[in-house]
Amino acid sequence: MSIHDWEPVIGLEVHAQLLTRSKIFCSCSTAFGAPPNSLVCPVCLGLPGALPALNRSAVEMAIKAGKAFGSAIAERSIWARKNYFYPDLPKGYQISQYELPICKGGAVPVPQPDGSVRKVPLTRIHLEEDAGKNVHGAAGSQVDLNRSGVPLVEIVGEPELRSAEEASEYLKALRLSLMYLGINDGNLEEGSFRCDANVSVRRKGTQKFGTRVELKNINSFRFVRQAIEHEIERQIAAYERGEKVVQETRLFDNEKGETRPMRTKEEANDYRYFPEPDLPPLVVSREWVAKVQVPRLVELHARIVEAAGPEAARRAANVVTGEVARLVNEGALDLSSPRFQPAQIAEVFRLQDAGTLSSTAAKDVLAEVLRTGKPPAQIVQEKGLSQVSDESALEAVVDAVIARSSAEVEKYKSGKKNLLGFFVGQAMKDLKGKGNPGVLNTLFKKRLE
Amino acid sequence: MNPSLLPLGDLSRALDRGEARPSAVLEECLSRTARLDGKVHAFLRLTEGQARAAARASDERRARKEPLSPLDGVPVGLKDLFCQEGVETTAGSRILEGYHPPYDATVVRKLREAGAVLVGKLNMDEFAMGSSTENSAYGPTRNPWDLERTPGGSSGGSAAAVAARFVPGTLGTDTGGSIRQPAALVGCVGMKPTYGRVSRYGVVAFASSLDQVGPFAQDVRGVALLLRAIAGRDPNDQTSSLRPVPDYDADLEKPVGGLTIGVPKEYFGEGLDPAVEKSVRTGIAALEREGCTVKAISLPNSPHAIATYYLVATAEASSNLARYDGIRYGQRAPARGSLLDLYEKTRAAGFGAEVKRRILLGTYALSAGYYDAYYLRAQKVRALIRRDFDQAFAAGVDAVVSPTSPWAAFRLGEKVDDPLAMYLNDIYTVPVNLAGLPGISVPSGFTQAGLPIGMQLIGRPFEEGTLLRLARAAERALALPRRLPLLLERT
Repeated sequence: MSIHDWEPVIGLEVHAQLLTRSKIFCSCSTAFGAPPNSLVCPVCLGLPGALPALNRSAVEMAIKAGKAFGSAIAERSIWARKNYFYPDLPKGYQISQYELPICKGGAVPVPQPDGSVRKVPLTRIHLEEDAGKNVHGAAGSQVDLNRSGVPLVEIVGEPELRSAEEASEYLKALRLSLMYLGINDGNLEEGSFRCDANVSVRRKGTQKFGTRVELKNINSFRFVRQAIEHEIERQIAAYERGEKVVQETRLFDNEKGETRPMRTKEEANDYRYFPEPDLPPLVVSREWVAKVQVPRLVELHARIVEAAGPEAARRAANVVTGEVARLVNEGALDLSSPRFQPAQIAEVFRLQDAGTLSSTAAKDVLAEVLRTGKPPAQIVQEKGLSQVSDESALEAVVDAVIARSSAEVEKYKSGKKNLLGFFVGQAMKDLKGKGNPGVLNTLFKKRLE
Repeated sequence: MNPSLLPLGDLSRALDRGEARPSAVLEECLSRTARLDGKVHAFLRLTEGQARAAARASDERRARKEPLSPLDGVPVGLKDLFCQEGVETTAGSRILEGYHPPYDATVVRKLREAGAVLVGKLNMDEFAMGSSTENSAYGPTRNPWDLERTPGGSSGGSAAAVAARFVPGTLGTDTGGSIRQPAALVGCVGMKPTYGRVSRYGVVAFASSLDQVGPFAQDVRGVALLLRAIAGRDPNDQTSSLRPVPDYDADLEKPVGGLTIGVPKEYFGEGLDPAVEKSVRTGIAALEREGCTVKAISLPNSPHAIATYYLVATAEASSNLARYDGIRYGQRAPARGSLLDLYEKTRAAGFGAEVKRRILLGTYALSAGYYDAYYLRAQKVRALIRRDFDQAFAAGVDAVVSPTSPWAAFRLGEKVDDPLAMYLNDIYTVPVNLAGLPGISVPSGFTQAGLPIGMQLIGRPFEEGTLLRLARAAERALALPRRLPLLLERT
């Protein structure tokens, strides 16, 4: 048997902090980095007698995620208490959702290297509150409860991923989607986007899942790959030695690049979930769901990449999170009935790559395309934005600049090479900014040396 | 008569007419408390400074004829379960000793806004778990009618303080009978409103789906005035109702003729003291004389209420009490080594036996593998208990009448070592909490030994007004002699 006889099965659980201004059950700020325990009140401190009051904008963001991923959004979902003792959990329970979550099903679109889009199915998305943070130092362990009560969505993916690479691609796509939706800032370092991975391996060709191990504390994309790869290898090695894999939770040690046991199944908490009696069922009307606008940025990104090729993925993302998101937020762009075609954005990329458009001009054309849906070539013509890259057309200008700048030419020839910028600048002035600076650079160098 | 001895409703009128002055009333109350509370132990602590300042402010408003409400200047005591900013709040537990909340419970704020004078915090069974106030970590409260007996519980301090005329009105909480049973045992009026009628924000939680705040007074009118002041929607408690709060006082004297009273056979069965039954039947007869129709009914699932209650209430309590871990507030036991050690030592030292018993019961009921058989099943029975009441109301019953407690006040120590016997105190009151309905206990008479007996009226959801009218009709028709407890007669 070898490593190729085994098939890894991976399912990811992502905790994403929602970008609400206030916490999910009180009006305290969700700002990051404030002095410890400065953004707290009786509710998020879990003081005796305090009760939760739901922040509806957190619900709205969960609806947004559900709509974007095509999940079924429950008209009635139930809050539940997850009970366990830990110093960063001030009530001794976390308010979450258990049997009836707000979103069920759906899928995350993951762009593939070949330009196609794979839909990775979701089990559920539910709302819950974040815990505080334990800070361990020389003075002992201290608790900062600023984060206590920050709204989270837990996004549980189906165990449909088959390699560390796939897991990493899925996470990147999910993160970008949430950022496009404007509901998460995608910050892994500050912990606003966190991932746990369930990993098992099985003999290739078998259907039954192997024993599952949960990996925690993975806080970068690099670590996701490392942790999962290490875990897959560890499990295969165990099976090949004829040993069993123990169902347990393991912690990823990013310094050693390996996982180590945290607790076994027997030590696992019995969370004693039960319906939260302090909150009525969460009722989400059809009208509310219909009213929630989902900027269809995920889809748009996929379609731009489809038209422009997979190597344009990052560039497409920049356009979508930049100019497009800005126009959508300003209300100047409605993605449910856009005037432009995603292929037109791909066309702008091509014009820029061909040197026809400077990066500044490309931005202008892009904005115009998004607003009007006119073909990019027409905009370039109308605005006279086309960049002159043809050497023969530029030579005359280069000659004219050299002819009228004899003093600078002398200095350049005696060693002041940084005057090259001056010459290019003069030429650009004559060309009203439409000259290709790269071509001009080469021409001046050739002529003066 | 000394105005401080008047029932709350009458005191409110005397204040309106300028026949009494808030500061003078308060001083009378404080001096009576100082003289007698050593024997009763109703108060855990007095807030005399704040109370005197509030009374003086009320004097001025009253002098200007600008009272804030009928409660302006009325001394009120609070069960030690209500958070009051800067005032120690222990819930009767060692684990919260020295805890000073940084905020007011909504009902405390509402009482302040009504101009009431908050006098102090009252004794109770630890975390409201108990029926005799013997589970207080700070020693039991005694019944002003017989100091060897209990005033009931868990709001025993709130009941005893009214009976002993320390204050004309108090607030308590009722999770399974903790207002109505002590009201019955000390001979005053006590009401548990519909679940959701009064905000629970700032009230230390015992069982969140059952807890409800309510008032005590010597008279029905006093209870009506207090209820109106504290009821209503609170955005901080999402289980509180949006329904408007009626002026209960305005309709209090309306005749009750034509209303139908249901008498459930299950509430008059085995275990009921004959003296109590006789007294309650007198109360029913009085209502009949007032024009009510009396109808025999059946609430067949009510006998399952105690078992159901001790699953639902303990399950919720096991979770609600998890926050007392010694990390952020309250008492922390000295511990060495692990976090678990800190938790265990703190909770072992901080909680009393009954609280520990209920945390264990509730934790068990919610555990993996037992949840369906216990918690889920209890919720189903709970729905059946509610359905029985709904059917009775649908059949034209306006209120159900029963004894409040199967017996009059029992001796301290009599049941404290027998939890099951203690739990039976609440046999008639617990179904009302499980069904979320309003209930009131109103005095119906005395035993031969001179101990008070209470009659319970149970109403449709949010029909507190009807219940108060019926209770007032019984009060009027029975016209019980205004006896003072022995304790007061001797002084």
